[in-house]
Parts: sequence; structure tokens; C-alpha cells
Amino acid sequence: MIFWLIAIASVPAALGMVFVRKAVHSALLLAVVMLSLAVSYAALEAPFLAFVQVIVYTGAVLMLFLFVMMLVGVSSTDSLVETIRGQRLATGIIAVAFIALLSAGLGKVVLGSAKGLQAANSDGNVMGLARVLFTKYVFAFEVTSALLITAALGAMVLTHRERTTPKATQKQLSQERFLGDHPTPLPGPGTYARHNSVDMPALLPDGTASELSVNPVLARRASTASLHADLHGKSEQEAIAEDVAAVKEIEK
Amino acid sequence: MNYLILSAILFTIGAVGVLVRRNAIVVFMCVELMLNATNLAFVSFSHQHGNLDGQIIAFFVMVVAAAEVVVGLAIIMAIFRSRRSSSVDDANLLKY
Repeated sequence: MIFWLIAIASVPAALGMVFVRKAVHSALLLAVVMLSLAVSYAALEAPFLAFVQVIVYTGAVLMLFLFVMMLVGVSSTDSLVETIRGQRLATGIIAVAFIALLSAGLGKVVLGSAKGLQAANSDGNVMGLARVLFTKYVFAFEVTSALLITAALGAMVLTHRERTTPKATQKQLSQERFLGDHPTPLPGPGTYARHNSVDMPALLPDGTASELSVNPVLARRASTASLHADLHGKSEQEAIAEDVAAVKEIEK
Repeated sequence: MNYLILSAILFTIGAVGVLVRRNAIVVFMCVELMLNATNLAFVSFSHQHGNLDGQIIAFFVMVVAAAEVVVGLAIIMAIFRSRRSSSVDDANLLKY
């Protein structure tokens, strides 16, 4: 019974993780798979691993994934164009062949009824695991510490960046600003705002639209008008012209 | 037995993801899915045979996976910093 619940939760989530376009959605679906695997560990009499699965995988690893996604850019969706022709078809064939191979192998296995872990877990699962870990596998356990230290050092070295130019002081920044062509702060999009969106330019006190108020990244993006509900189907230029006319009307 | 088949299915889905997707982070998540599927197989074998060695090996797989994630994500960050892309197709300087 519990197996079918786990299977029904995890297989569609795993499929969704592979085929969903946005990376963040993939990460959330992977969290569903990992949590359902934690439930299955609990059902297979491995409570310690179930907790470790929730804490280490869903807690630490997935949060690390989400963190890197925030740094790299959430909106980075995959393009759906194949770079190698016939790659998807070949992948499908390989997947079918692989699952056929695995199920042929599993079909030949004769497993008796499961022995269960009542005897091994008689002192509790953690005690049993500790007894095996610190006797039979103690060398592997010690080597793990070297691995973890190396991984932490490697991550620090890989993400470290040397500064090639000295950091600008406050004095230099201030001089740069006053020698430039715009010593005052740029107008925010909220000055005389008539739309609650950051990609609509602000209207200056004389009623003209200020292109400086729009973030250059957004300004470069063409035709965001379709995303606005409050433009009522007009293009941005028409909406801005109407706003300018409205402000001039008030000033008269 | 059921758990072994579920593990095989999840492993295959992860492998398909590694082959199909091109965003390096998603490819990485699919590798994690494959590691999780093998863990499920280890734990179900441990339950089948009534000893704890399978659970210990699953535990070690988790440790190695955590180390691998840290280094792999650092590499993805380093590549993203120099090339402004997280697509595996763009890192092709060693191709020929």
C-alpha cells in the first residue's frame, strides 16, 4: 500500500523534473522525489537514512541547487532545439533498451520473502548502523573525512576570485559621479507614475517621459506590452502618450 | 522487489534527463536522481537480506554525493562567471 503511494508520487515527479522547462520547477519536483524516497526508507526499516535523506538532500543539497540557480539566473530556460540531430530519438531508444535490460535482469532474480531488519535493529537502527560503521567500515569512514575536506577546499578555490583592479574608494566614486554627465540620482519609475510597473518610464515634472528611469535591461526588451493588464491592449508608446497628455492637462 | 523496479525506473528517468537536458544545473539534478535511485536499491537489498551493510553503503553514497554537489556547483559557477551561460553546449573548448 505505502509502496504504491510512493511510486505514484515519485515517478510522475521524476518525469516532470526531466521534461519541465524551468530549472526551478525541476528542483521543486526533485524535492518531491527525494521526500518520497525518504518515506520509502522509513518503510524499509531505515529510519536513520530517512532522516538523513530529508536533512542532507532536501535540506542542504536542494537548497544549494536553488541558491546557485538564483545566482545563475532563474529565467535561464533551456531552448528546445536539438543540437545533435536525432539525439532525442536515440535517447528514447537507449532508455527503452536500458529499462528492458534492467527488468530482464530483475525478472530472473528469485527473492524469497524479505528477512526484515528486526534482528539487526534490535538495539535501534542508529546503534546497529554505528556498530557496523565503526568496526567493519571504519577505514572508509576515515577516508570520507579527507574527501569532505578536499571538497570544501576545492569549492573555495573554484569560487575564489582575485581582484584585478583596486576597489574604488568613496572619494573616487564621488569624483566620477560629479565629472560625469548626471550628478543627481536617476529618476525612479515612480515619479508621477500612472502604471505600477518598472518597465513604464517615469513622467518628469514638465510632462515628458524620461527613458533614464527605466532599467536598461528592461528597456532593451522589446514588446513587454502584452504582459501588462492595465494597458488594455494599447502599445506602450500609446499609453505613454496618453499619460503625457493627462499630466499636461493638469498643469494647464 | 517492487522497490527494486521503482529504483530501476527512477535511474532510467535520471539517465534520460542527463542525455536530453542542456542546462548544466538540471543535468546535475538528474545525476542526483540517479544516485538516489541506487540508494533506494541498496536500502531495499538491506531490508531483503536482513543486514545493515546496504544502509551503510547508501550512507556513503550520500556523503560522496554531497561532496560532488559542492564541487560541481562551484565548477558551474566558475564557468557561468567566465562565459555567462549555464548550458553544457557552450563549454566546448576541449572539443577538437
